[in-house]
Amino acid sequence: MSTLTALARALAAERGAAQRCCAVRHVHVSERPLVFIPLALAGEAGAPLAAMIGDRPQDARLLTVPEPRDRDQRFAFAAEFADIVLEHIGRYLTREETVNAREPRVRFADAPQLLLPNPAGVTFTRLLGRSTRFRRIEGPYAVPENVPLLGRWLTFFAERAEVPPSSLTLPMTQALAMHWATGQSALEDLNLGALLGWIDPPPGLTGAQAAARAEDPVRCPPAGPATDPTFDNEVLEPRLLAVRTARATGGGRAGQRAKDALADALASQLAPIWTLMWRAVELLRALPPGAHVSSRWHADKDAFTWHAGQIRDGGPPQPRRDSAVSAARRLAGLEKTQAEYAAQRAFDDPLVMAEYRMTGEAFAGTVTAAEPDRVDVTGRRKVLRPRVTVETGDAVLAAPGVVLTSPTRPSQQARVVSVAPAGDRTAVLLELRGGMGRALTPEPGSVPEPGEAVCYATFGNGFQRLPDFPAPEDTPWTHGGPPQPYVPSDDDARETWS
Amino acid sequence: MTGTEAWLARLRGRALPVRHNARTIAALAGNPGCARRAVLDAAGADKHRLAAYTGFPAPFGLSRFAITRGNAFEAQVKASGAAELLRILREHLSLPIPEASYDDLSEVGGNASPELRHARTRGLLARAVTHPAEAGTMFDHPLLTLRVGGRAAYLEPDLIAFQLGGQFRVIEVKSFPVVDGRADGDKVAAAAIQSAVYVLALRDALAEQGIPPEAVSHETILICPENFSNRPVAASLDVRKQLTVLRRQLSRLARIEDLLAQLPPGLTFDLDPDDAGVPRRRPAELAEALRQVEARYAPECLNTCEMCLFCRDEARGGTAALGREVRDDLGGVEHVATALRLARGTSVPERGSELAEAADLLRTAARLRADALGEAV
Repeated sequence: MSTLTALARALAAERGAAQRCCAVRHVHVSERPLVFIPLALAGEAGAPLAAMIGDRPQDARLLTVPEPRDRDQRFAFAAEFADIVLEHIGRYLTREETVNAREPRVRFADAPQLLLPNPAGVTFTRLLGRSTRFRRIEGPYAVPENVPLLGRWLTFFAERAEVPPSSLTLPMTQALAMHWATGQSALEDLNLGALLGWIDPPPGLTGAQAAARAEDPVRCPPAGPATDPTFDNEVLEPRLLAVRTARATGGGRAGQRAKDALADALASQLAPIWTLMWRAVELLRALPPGAHVSSRWHADKDAFTWHAGQIRDGGPPQPRRDSAVSAARRLAGLEKTQAEYAAQRAFDDPLVMAEYRMTGEAFAGTVTAAEPDRVDVTGRRKVLRPRVTVETGDAVLAAPGVVLTSPTRPSQQARVVSVAPAGDRTAVLLELRGGMGRALTPEPGSVPEPGEAVCYATFGNGFQRLPDFPAPEDTPWTHGGPPQPYVPSDDDARETWS
Repeated sequence: MTGTEAWLARLRGRALPVRHNARTIAALAGNPGCARRAVLDAAGADKHRLAAYTGFPAPFGLSRFAITRGNAFEAQVKASGAAELLRILREHLSLPIPEASYDDLSEVGGNASPELRHARTRGLLARAVTHPAEAGTMFDHPLLTLRVGGRAAYLEPDLIAFQLGGQFRVIEVKSFPVVDGRADGDKVAAAAIQSAVYVLALRDALAEQGIPPEAVSHETILICPENFSNRPVAASLDVRKQLTVLRRQLSRLARIEDLLAQLPPGLTFDLDPDDAGVPRRRPAELAEALRQVEARYAPECLNTCEMCLFCRDEARGGTAALGREVRDDLGGVEHVATALRLARGTSVPERGSELAEAADLLRTAARLRADALGEAV
C-alpha cells in the first residue's frame, strides 16, 4: 500500500466507483483460460463438495459430490475433474516453439492458465493436489489413472501462484485489486462480488451500492471454497440428508431426484460466481497489456514445459516438503523475481512509477539542456559520454554517483553528476553511457533532447543472476546434510482422505 | 451487587448474559480502543442479537457441518478418559507420562453455578501444583476468570489444563488440519492468542494462592487432525510473544468504571420483551442507544465482532473504514472528504499545524496521480 493507492481508494469512496491504480494490465490473460470455482464442505480438510469448471463462458461443467464424506465419491469427483483438467492441459502439449537464446531450446508455444475466484481457492487447489498426487493406480486403494496426474498438475498450479510475476494461476480478486482501487478495505476486496460491484456495477447502481448488494449471500453467494453457513444449514444439510436417505432406502428414482435437487442447489451457488469470473476476464482483457507481460508469460511457458517434461520422463510427484537446497533456491528465486517484477511494473506503467516518485526512488521532469556529442577524453580511449540536465518538481533522493535507468531507454545508464536547486524545482545533471550505438556520435533519438519529458529510477529492470547453490548431495551439515531422496511410499498412497 | 455490576446489568437488560471466551478476549485485545465492544462484552450483552435487531446482522455464522466435525473430533480426542490424547502427548511431544487422571469440571455435583465451579477449579489447580503426584492430571473445562477492564470476567472453558511434575500446560483442541506439518497461518495465530488468554487466566488463578507464574508453561499444546484424516496430532506452541501482546493490550483497556461514567444515565440495551419474549423496542431507538458508546471501527472487525456492520455503516466516510494502513498512508487524516480537500488544495491548513504535513503528502500524491493519468484528481 502507498499514499497513491490510498488516494485512489479515497477517490473511489468519494465517487462511489473504483478508480484505476494501474495504467496498464500487468497480468497475462489467456485466450481460453480454465476457470475453476471449487466449493468445499465446511469443517473438512479439502473435502470437495462441488465445482464449476470450464474454459469457455458457455461451457460450464458442474461437478458435485452427493456424499462429500464418502471416500469413493471423492475419488470419483477427482477422476471426473481430472478428465476436464487433463484434456485442457493436453491442448497445450502439441504446439512447440524454438527459443533463440544462447543455447536454443524448444518449449511449448503456449501454456494453460488456471483462474480461481480468490486466494482461498488456490489453497484448496493445493490441498486437492496434495491429497491426490501420491495415490497409486494399482494395488490396494487403487484410484483411477488420471487422479495422481491431476494431483501433480494441481500442485504445479498452486506452486506457481506463489511466484509473483507468474500468470499461470491467478486468484481473480488479487488480479482485479491489483488494477483497481475500491472505496472499501482490502479485506472487503476479498469478496469477488463486492469487488466487481465497485469496478463494474450493474446499470443504475453506484459501485458502493452494487458492492453492498453483493454482500448479501442470498443475492450473491460467496465465491467459495467456503459456502454460506446459512445455505449449509437451511439448504445443503436437508438435501444431503435426502440423498443419504434415498440411498439407504434403495435409491432408484427417489435417489436421482434427491441428487438432482442437490445439484440444483449447488449450481445456484456456483452459477453467479461463474458469470462474475468471466466478466472479470473481459474487464482484464480490455486493459492494454504492459510491455513486460509477454516476456513474463514466456517464463510461465518455460515452467509449464519443464513440468510437463518431468511428468513425461517419469519423475516422482512433488515431495511433501522441499529439501534444504530446493527451498533455498526457491526462496532466492522468489526474491529475485519479486524485485524484477516490481521494477518491470514501474517501467511499464506511469501510475506505478508515480509511487516511486513519491518516495524519491524515481523522478520525472523535462530535459532543459543536453550535450549529446560530449566525449570523455580523460581515459586511455575516447568515449561518448553525453550529459543532460533534467529539471523536476519531484523530490530527488539520488546522490551524485548513483546510476539511474529510464523506462524509455532501459539499456542506457545515467550517472548522477550533480543535484542542484533551480528555483522551486531541482536540476539534475546526468551523464549517459550505453545504448547509443558504437560511434562517437550518438544514434538519433538515443540521447534525450531539450524539451523531452523523461523519467529516471534508481532501479533497472535488469536481469539478476541467482546465487549458486550446492547440488542436493552436497547439502552442508548445517542444513541437515544431503537429504534422503524422496521415494513415494505405500503410506503416502494409502493415506486416509476422510 | 456493586454499583458497576448494577450498571452493567441495567445495560444488558433482561437478556441472558453472554460469557467472555478466549476468542472474545482476543478480539477485544485486538482493538483495545473500542469502548463499544468493551462495554457490551463487560455487560454480557448478546451482540449477535443486538446487531441483527438494528438491521445489521453479523456477516458470519457457523455451518452445522463445521460444528459437527469440530465436536466429533474433540469427542474422539477426549474419549475414554482422554486415552487418545495421552497417547499423542507421549508420541509427539515425548512427554514422560506414566498415566494421567482426567477430570471434567463442567459441573460440580450437578450444580453448574459459575462461582462454585470457579472456586472448585482454583482449589483443584492449586492442589495439583503443590502436591504433584507421579501421574499427570488433566482438568477439562476448568472455569477460569480474567481481569478485563478492571473487572473479573468468566471465561468459557474451552481448554484442558494438563499438569505434569507440578507444571501446567494449556491444551487446545482445534479441528483445522495440519498437512505435512503445516497448518493455516491465520488459524494457528488465532489459536495461539487464545491459548495465551488461558495461560494468563491459569496464572491468575494460581497467583491468588501465592503460586508463581512459572507453574503454567508458556508452551501450549495444540491438537489438530493430521493431513486429511481424523487422526489427531499434537504440536507445541510457544506463546510468549502472544502473552506480552495480550498483557499490554489488556492494560490499555480503559477501566470499565471510567467508560460507564461517560454514558448517559438510564442507558440500556434492553429489547423490552413482552411476556412471550417478543421484543417491543423500536430498532432505531436501540441503534441510538448503541451509538451513545463510542466505537473504533476497523475492517478487521468484520472477522471478529458481531457489531461490525453496524459500526461500519456508522464509520462510512471515515478513512479508518478503508483500513488502518490506508488511513496512515493518507497522513492519518480522519475523513475521506478532508483528505481529498487537502489533496486538491481546496483546503490549506496553517503552517506548522497538525495537518500541514499530511497536506504536503496528499498534494504530492494528487499531483503525481494527475501527472500519470493526464487528468486532475
